[in-house]
Amino acid sequence: MHASVRPAVSVNIPPTGTNTAARESAAALSMRMTVSKVNFFYGSKQTLFDISLGIATNKVTALIGPSGCGKSTLLRTLNRMHETVRGARLEGEILLDGKNILGLDVTALRRRVGMVFQRPNPFPKSIFDNVAYGPRINGSKEPIGESVEKSLRRAALWDEVKDHLHKSAYELSGGQQQRLCIARALAVDPEVLLLDEPCSALDPISTAKIEELLVQLKDFCTIVTVTHNMQQAARVSDFTAFLLIGQLIEFSPTPQLFTTPADPRTEAYITGRFG
Amino acid sequence: MSARLRWRKFVSAFMLSMTGVCAVVAVCVLFFILGYLVYHGGTSISWNFFTRLPAPVGEPGGGMANAIVGSAKLLFLATLIGVPVGFFGAIYLAEFSGTATAFIVRYAADLLNGVPSIVIGIFAYSLAVLPFKHFSTFAGGFALGLMMIPITLRSTEEFLRSVPISLREGAMALGAGKWKTIATVIVPSAYRGILTTILLAFARVAGETAPLLFTALGNRFWSPGWSQPTASLPVAIYNYAISPYEDWHRQAWAAGLVLLALILIINIVARGILARSVSVSRS
Repeated sequence: MHASVRPAVSVNIPPTGTNTAARESAAALSMRMTVSKVNFFYGSKQTLFDISLGIATNKVTALIGPSGCGKSTLLRTLNRMHETVRGARLEGEILLDGKNILGLDVTALRRRVGMVFQRPNPFPKSIFDNVAYGPRINGSKEPIGESVEKSLRRAALWDEVKDHLHKSAYELSGGQQQRLCIARALAVDPEVLLLDEPCSALDPISTAKIEELLVQLKDFCTIVTVTHNMQQAARVSDFTAFLLIGQLIEFSPTPQLFTTPADPRTEAYITGRFG
Repeated sequence: MSARLRWRKFVSAFMLSMTGVCAVVAVCVLFFILGYLVYHGGTSISWNFFTRLPAPVGEPGGGMANAIVGSAKLLFLATLIGVPVGFFGAIYLAEFSGTATAFIVRYAADLLNGVPSIVIGIFAYSLAVLPFKHFSTFAGGFALGLMMIPITLRSTEEFLRSVPISLREGAMALGAGKWKTIATVIVPSAYRGILTTILLAFARVAGETAPLLFTALGNRFWSPGWSQPTASLPVAIYNYAISPYEDWHRQAWAAGLVLLALILIINIVARGILARSVSVSRS
């Protein structure tokens, strides 16, 4: 089964005349990942309810919603990071290029679906060794120095660190550390990059740099980002999914979700009436 | 009223000075012991002390070279036995085990840590001396190694646990398996702490006498290989101190000084290593 056969499976576009263009462009997209009918449990507590959505190739998909709505949980299921938590259980199907990720080897999956976390978490190693970590453990054929440089350039960090690659990563600022973590994730050439509120621990200038970076990175990989900052979702994403208490309320092209939301709850959230 | 107030002030001042005095006493004990050792043993420390065998009774001079080398051999064996078991056991506890297993292992380690060293000595005696029908360096090292296991295990586990979960997640999100994550991220992040632990465990058993009394026994001469009784600093101190000879007493003080200096240096080095690790992994 190929994901591209059923592209707009869950892109929620209301059948109104004004959105034909958006609908057609969405229909033309291929889906890198497809989430269908996912239910998620921590022990007996269900935190995701029947979620279905498609992650379009080489686009930025944003997951928004108030705290505790399940957006981080949903993100973590995409590379099976949820399995590190005891008692976590996933029902449903998540496809990566048409293959169920639950059937893949978990380390191979995580190499293809990379992740950047809320707080920068560089290893206590040098800048170079941080970026080289992924290629090294995965036995990359490419010369390590080149792949480190390429990844640091893609993460827009090369110019700032090229003269002291062997300094400890802890000597970088918070924003630089987060870009280092992005470079580290990019170094294994992932098809999908997941970001879990990547800017929430950063100052506005660092945030702006990372947002700019996300838009550039679309050329190399598919991006899914969780944010509780709606302006950020509006600025960087192509598609936005709005979640509330574990349910997917609305999933549309970003401009549409923010200008003409279909669901009154979405409108209430984006206009700041709660959350 | 005023008498009452004066009484209160007196009690307050009295208690304050009492606590201060006790704190000073606690510190002074160390310096007093150190000073006493230097006073009595300092004069006997010479080049000969480190290079010569003990002299026969009545003959002046002589040294404790065999006891120093013996202690080194015993501690080497102990480290070889205690550190790997403690280290890998700690990795299992911190990274793999369920809470019930971890509780049992941890509890057992704490109990083992509390077992009097003389009892460890008897145990090693029955296991590593009786079957071979002679005392040996190996038996002594075995006894000390047993003592190192719980110390290494418990503190290594603490240091492994203190590695932030975010680093584990970072490695796993890059496709590192469990063992790879441990070997390439967790242990390297905690290595200063682990090194400190090993040094402190080493220092802790370096001065142990009781487990050696009937395992390594003691020896007035060199002990080639691993299967013969060997001298060691703590047992040499014991034997020399209870002897009736003035000259031997001085040698015992000197050996005590050497042993204490060794332990102090190891402790200071260990704390230095740990202090640097705290400043590195702050973020």
